Amino acid sequence: MTSISDREKLSYIAAQAADARVNVELETEGMTLNIGPQHPATHGTLRIIAKLDGEQVVAVDPVMGYMHRGYEKLAEVRTYPQVTTLINRIDWVGSFANEVPFILAAERLMEVEAPPRAQWIRTILFEMSRIANITLFLGDMGLQVGAVTPAFFAFRDREHVLNLIEAVTGGRFHPNFDRIGGIKDDLPAGWITETRRVMKKMRQYCDEIEALVEGNEIFQARTRGIGVIPADIGLSYGLSGANIRGSGVDWDVRRDNPCGMVHNETDWKVWTHPDGDSFARFWVRLQETRESTRIIDQLLDNLPSGPIMAKVPRIIKVPAGEAYVETENPLGVMGYYVISKGDLVPYRVKIRSASFNNISITPWLLKGVYVPDIITILASLYFILGDIDR
Amino acid sequence: MSRLSSTDAPTDEAEATPRDDTARNELVARLTAHLGEGLLESHIEPGVDVWLRVSRESWREAAAFAKDGLGFAYFNFLSGIDWMPSPFGREMDSQIDTILAASADHDDVSAPANADDGLEQGLAGGETRFQVFARLNDVVNGLGITLKVDLPDDDLSVDSWVPVYPGANWHEREAKEMYGFSFNGHPGLRPLYLPSEFEGHPLRKDYPLLARRMKPWPGIVDVEQMPGDDEEEDGGEA
Repeated sequence: MTSISDREKLSYIAAQAADARVNVELETEGMTLNIGPQHPATHGTLRIIAKLDGEQVVAVDPVMGYMHRGYEKLAEVRTYPQVTTLINRIDWVGSFANEVPFILAAERLMEVEAPPRAQWIRTILFEMSRIANITLFLGDMGLQVGAVTPAFFAFRDREHVLNLIEAVTGGRFHPNFDRIGGIKDDLPAGWITETRRVMKKMRQYCDEIEALVEGNEIFQARTRGIGVIPADIGLSYGLSGANIRGSGVDWDVRRDNPCGMVHNETDWKVWTHPDGDSFARFWVRLQETRESTRIIDQLLDNLPSGPIMAKVPRIIKVPAGEAYVETENPLGVMGYYVISKGDLVPYRVKIRSASFNNISITPWLLKGVYVPDIITILASLYFILGDIDR
Repeated sequence: MSRLSSTDAPTDEAEATPRDDTARNELVARLTAHLGEGLLESHIEPGVDVWLRVSRESWREAAAFAKDGLGFAYFNFLSGIDWMPSPFGREMDSQIDTILAASADHDDVSAPANADDGLEQGLAGGETRFQVFARLNDVVNGLGITLKVDLPDDDLSVDSWVPVYPGANWHEREAKEMYGFSFNGHPGLRPLYLPSEFEGHPLRKDYPLLARRMKPWPGIVDVEQMPGDDEEEDGGEA
């Protein structure tokens, strides 16, 4: 009896030792993967330090500041009309939309309101910068999962919208067109007809992307159920735009807190998706682009006539006060908290940019995902580095 | 309220104001009931916005109650304000700007360009040089509130909001490096934008903007013609 049990004991010990050896051999050592600062998925210079265990991400630490330009400090020494030149460069693919909330905040402090025609044109250009911005995303999202064609389509069709913006403002990327009390110029002749044609084209582009990308099996496999953000987590991180609407939160500043723009004069819909994954965010953006073309069409139908500029003093001094105005920009909610002391220059401008909040969720979101998903999740959150670093 | 240019907006506002007013009044009443002495001051702009100043001790409690009790689940932003006017003069600013500003005083703007008006706090008041302010949203009812808290000069610290809103993490890191505030209970106040060896707190008013200290600013060199300029030319042009 004892001898058997001894043998059992010995074999047990031997087995344990063998197991331990195997475990030692299989034990993985953490690895640190450095993505960026220069990486196509980052739209600028964002560096992501990912600690990996095998293929899985254990922790992620985004490092930014490679592009921090200090706009909040610079705005304190520039007159109000000069600030728009700076803030154009925050989100450089949808520039016009950056100017609007700042101008609206200044208008609120001055108790000036733009005349209807100016508000209409402002809204049209605002939506146009959304199309110019999100078109890029729709193409880029395909690129991140390995499909190159959508990116070429995106650049091809985005050009039409940029041409329209250029025809009105004179600038393809940095319009600097919004003014306190209105806009700089009226629409050029023939612009409305051309716009209708382009809007039709953009709807075709959306259909193309839908057919090319959305139904694609690889695309579905790479985005469905990947990077799921529950609504309450998204809210507590301050996500906005399609990132929060992709999690089923029905909130759009254009509809819920309209200020100085006339989206609610048209018949439009806020799209949401209940899933909260990368696919939902892509899908919501695709619908939004279509919706924007419809908003523009409707606004062109009932474009009022009249002046494009309210009566504002030539030297703009903004009365003392504080105002916070936010708008639903292409990347999400963008707001300016402007404190004025009745001077030529703002006393303090806090820029609340969408991408900063949107990307602050990454340490939580990327924990536990696989390495290739880092890229698709980042792409689906859609950020522009200028909008993070300001 | 004198609107310089008005359209059909005033009628809209007349309809909107009473409804929004009650919502915001009720909000302030509920916060007052919960925080008691902790709520120091409030300012409501009917139909537009609401500002609240809370004591340093109840800063985190205010956030927790706003989130769970009032439905402000959305964290918008957090940052700081320095109310001490910049000690640097305006001599490097464009002289054209300052001359024009001095002569074209059309409004009853109280502060002239070079006023040394000492500490003058904004809406909902304040007693200290530095304030932290943050904004929360109620996405269901479309309301937003701005919360402020005073930080005494000898102890620039306040409770962190990270336990309530995890999204406050980066905002507090930014406020730390830009203003030098510290947030008690924050998981790691590393610099966010600036290199770790950076000295100073750039958004403080006494931190010089070097580019402006070294070279005069050209200022308004090409004021564009605005509609209606011709009839109300108010002189002072260089």
